[in-house]
Amino acid sequence: MDDIKKMTEQVERISGVDVRKCMRCGKCSATCPNYDEMEFHPHEFVYMVERGKIRNLMDSKALYTCLSCFACIERCPRQVEPAKLIEATRMMVEREKGAMHLKPEMVAEKLDDKLPQQAIVSAFRKYKK
Amino acid sequence: MKTHAKDLDECGRLSAKALGFELQEIEDWQCCGGTYPLAKDEIATKLSSVRALVAARDAGQDLITLCSACFNVIKQVNNDMATDNDIRTKVNNYMKLDTPYKGDVKVLHYLTVLRDTIGWDKVKEAVKNPLTGMKIGGYYGCLLLRPSNVLELDDPENPQILEDFIRALGGEPVIYSMRNECCGAYTILEDKKIPEKRSRKILTNAQDMGADFLITACPLCEYNLSQNEMSKDVPVYYFTKLLAHALGLRDMEELQ
Repeated sequence: MDDIKKMTEQVERISGVDVRKCMRCGKCSATCPNYDEMEFHPHEFVYMVERGKIRNLMDSKALYTCLSCFACIERCPRQVEPAKLIEATRMMVEREKGAMHLKPEMVAEKLDDKLPQQAIVSAFRKYKK
Repeated sequence: MKTHAKDLDECGRLSAKALGFELQEIEDWQCCGGTYPLAKDEIATKLSSVRALVAARDAGQDLITLCSACFNVIKQVNNDMATDNDIRTKVNNYMKLDTPYKGDVKVLHYLTVLRDTIGWDKVKEAVKNPLTGMKIGGYYGCLLLRPSNVLELDDPENPQILEDFIRALGGEPVIYSMRNECCGAYTILEDKKIPEKRSRKILTNAQDMGADFLITACPLCEYNLSQNEMSKDVPVYYFTKLLAHALGLRDMEELQ
């Protein structure tokens, strides 16, 4: 059984976000460029962390479709900064033993001769520990 | 920058010399990691940025970047070192520097050096091949602008540094609403459809507003946009390539 209280505290501590500051205006999700590709949207991350639904978020592909574009961070009128919750939840997954969304051996087939190294280092930073 | 983004690097250095400043590469630099570690308890992933900052401090220099991502990551890490006691203490404990680092180096993007140190008037005077009649869209993407309270490069919703740059080179800037929206970034390695869709929207918007081509400071934006079919109509170049062309240092065949 998950210790919901402990998991919620962990996400709040890793992210540094106070979800209780949210006033539910929805601007984060309205401004999210990748809204269509996310099972849970930025405003839902805030609400679900508040409700302790961390496991649902940890199991979601939305963790890997956030673009880290800082749009929801920039435009949040209450400085809740939802992308930090997405990152913290992803960390909860990636820090488990053996977890690695993008394994080095998966990269070779995705390369072409023009792909900048920046893409690979960024992807590793986002998709593994 | 030594392989895939050569134009960004070489044209930036050439143009700097012509405009009266020289870029000195940090010896044995390490990659910043491409994206800022958002988790508050991440320390190891910030060390490469701190090493670059310490090298600049020890040389008594400002730290200038040509790439948007380096600027974004290093400036945010620098801000952590200046304002976050916990991160500063842990990093300094680990690095065991003779003089602890406190975030006191100035992190500048090449564009801000042109604007704030050289000045657009001086750039304009140095132009030999003005881009007369060219309609050019500045593509900011995310990393030059956000988070604006830390980066302080320009107004995050209505920036003008690229437009001023284009004007200084004699071109006509095209304002289009998607100029500060994300190209899809590293999701190219997760799901190619994401950057394909994002980039198509950006290029379509730029074309609708009349842009002949776009300029960017980010290798990943350049890649994602250029991979898109739409870039046949609206190609994407590094801003330094355009600068070197306008200054008469290196011709761009693409513009002939």
